[in-house]
Amino acid sequence: MGVTMSSAIGGGAPGTRRGATTRSLAGNTQLLTSLGPFLALLLACGYFASQSDRFLTGTNLSLIVQQSMVVAVLAIGQTLIILTAGIDLSIGAVMALGTIVMTKTAVQNGVNPALAILLGVGVCAAFGALNGGLITRLRLPPFIVTLGTLNIAFALTHIYSEEQTVTRLPEAQTWLGTTFSIGDTRIPYGAILMFLLYLLVWYVLRQTAAGRHIYAVGNNPEAARLTGINVQRLLLYVYTSAGVLYGIAGMVLIARTKVGNPQEGQTDNLDSITAVVLGGTSLFGGRGGVMGTLVGALLVGVFRNGLQLTGLESIYQRLITGILVIVAVAVDQLARRRQR
Amino acid sequence: MTAEQPPDRVPVLQARGLVKRYGQVIALDGADFDLYDGEIVAVIGDNGAGKSTLIKALSGALIPDQGDILLDGQPVRFNGPLDARRHGIETVYQDLAVAPALDIAENLFLGRELRRSGPLGSVFRMLDKRRMAVESEGHMRDLKIGIHSMRQAVETLSGGQRQGVAVARSAAFARHVVIMDEPTAALGVKETHMVLDLIRQVRDRGLPVILISHNMPNVFEVADRVHIQRLGRRIAVIEPHNFSMSDAVAIMTGAMAGERVETDVLPSPPA
Repeated sequence: MGVTMSSAIGGGAPGTRRGATTRSLAGNTQLLTSLGPFLALLLACGYFASQSDRFLTGTNLSLIVQQSMVVAVLAIGQTLIILTAGIDLSIGAVMALGTIVMTKTAVQNGVNPALAILLGVGVCAAFGALNGGLITRLRLPPFIVTLGTLNIAFALTHIYSEEQTVTRLPEAQTWLGTTFSIGDTRIPYGAILMFLLYLLVWYVLRQTAAGRHIYAVGNNPEAARLTGINVQRLLLYVYTSAGVLYGIAGMVLIARTKVGNPQEGQTDNLDSITAVVLGGTSLFGGRGGVMGTLVGALLVGVFRNGLQLTGLESIYQRLITGILVIVAVAVDQLARRRQR
Repeated sequence: MTAEQPPDRVPVLQARGLVKRYGQVIALDGADFDLYDGEIVAVIGDNGAGKSTLIKALSGALIPDQGDILLDGQPVRFNGPLDARRHGIETVYQDLAVAPALDIAENLFLGRELRRSGPLGSVFRMLDKRRMAVESEGHMRDLKIGIHSMRQAVETLSGGQRQGVAVARSAAFARHVVIMDEPTAALGVKETHMVLDLIRQVRDRGLPVILISHNMPNVFEVADRVHIQRLGRRIAVIEPHNFSMSDAVAIMTGAMAGERVETDVLPSPPA
């Protein structure tokens, strides 16, 4: 019986070939979704390098990273949430509130600049926890919850800031925007922080149980619950950690712009989702990863910068981003359909 | 109602006089249950007979209003499925409870991951992927499921192979009992037979199995004893080779008196 068993399940005569082809197909599509964004980035860089001598200079590449930095950090949080099959629309509004808290308390109330940053990050974390709490305790859909908190955070930002931009930030709050040089390329400390955050979250997702649980919850929440994962608590952690990341993104933002501007962040929810999707993470949860998101964020930055250098109007960047998003989602969908 | 058992054999899992009411509805009305070492007991019953309520009580998914559950003769009280699991009772569900994008090893160890030894594991919480892959391979081999790579995503497997992963997970971690709740309901004919073979493998490796199934031929194929549930209680326990399927259905629906069957030919558990 055992022998027939192994041949039946493992790959006996008729079953084998079909099993093998679906397997390699699935492998290929998986490879495509993970390598595709990277290939697109390389192709785009190659194209713009051939069109403009300035594109591949250190200064220009550094500029691309700086322009992509804030959305890239936000998109780490968005990736974690989308991996659990959720979504966060409040992302930019929460970050903006965080930046106003950081800058206004430091400049107008004389709070220690570092403590002010902690306060801002704390406010963002609280909003993340609020999102997570509403989603897990009241079992409301993430889309609606974060649409609500988007408006709440937006309103609070404008009420608290009194529509005023906060200027003359203390030096300690803009340090992340200062640069060091490698050759003649100037690298802001904020970019280093961004890369470190990506490495950290990549490690957590790939190498720890908590990371694998995030995938499991996005994949099949019921199965995750039955294997003993505390799904509610995990989701609460994910949304709260995402909030912390928005706070850090806000910290990077004020260091770069040197002001606290209540108008910031209004398109960041869609921009971060764009980066996540371009990076090959499935909006249905459970598939993808944070390194793809970094590539996705840089891809948008490369197009914005490259089109400017080649003299095309920047509106074409929106056009191309739109097409790429649809291509990315289509690849993801086709990959999933083939496997059935 | 209670069958007289030889005093020297203690059931691995036993229920005595379970009662569960939902408002006016009495789902369990003094139900008994016995599972001995080395056997597969199938639980059958018409809709509303209290079959799934009984299984939920045994797997910790609900707490009965009255009655006792005994594990190795000791009274236990499960405060949830995880609690039952901590007591060594694992459940396989019909709806293929796996995470499709995760690989086989990750699914087997989901929720009970192994970490590296030393500070890598304790401080950095790093998973020991190699050890999990090696151990998974062992568990799959024990059940003679010939899948080559443990790093293969579960979604690349057939339905039967996926259920194989779920069965291997239960068999790997169960210390006392494996409960299979309609494990073949979502599968085709050929894959159903793979899973039935797996159920025997689990029993032969020393874990008694409770099988809940609507599929009478499947039940008669693998079960050592069949527990027939009717109107909230155990009405009979039969051995498949002494009865036909239509007898079982007759007892189940009340067309044949269960009491007579039970007193006449209640089989003794395997020696």
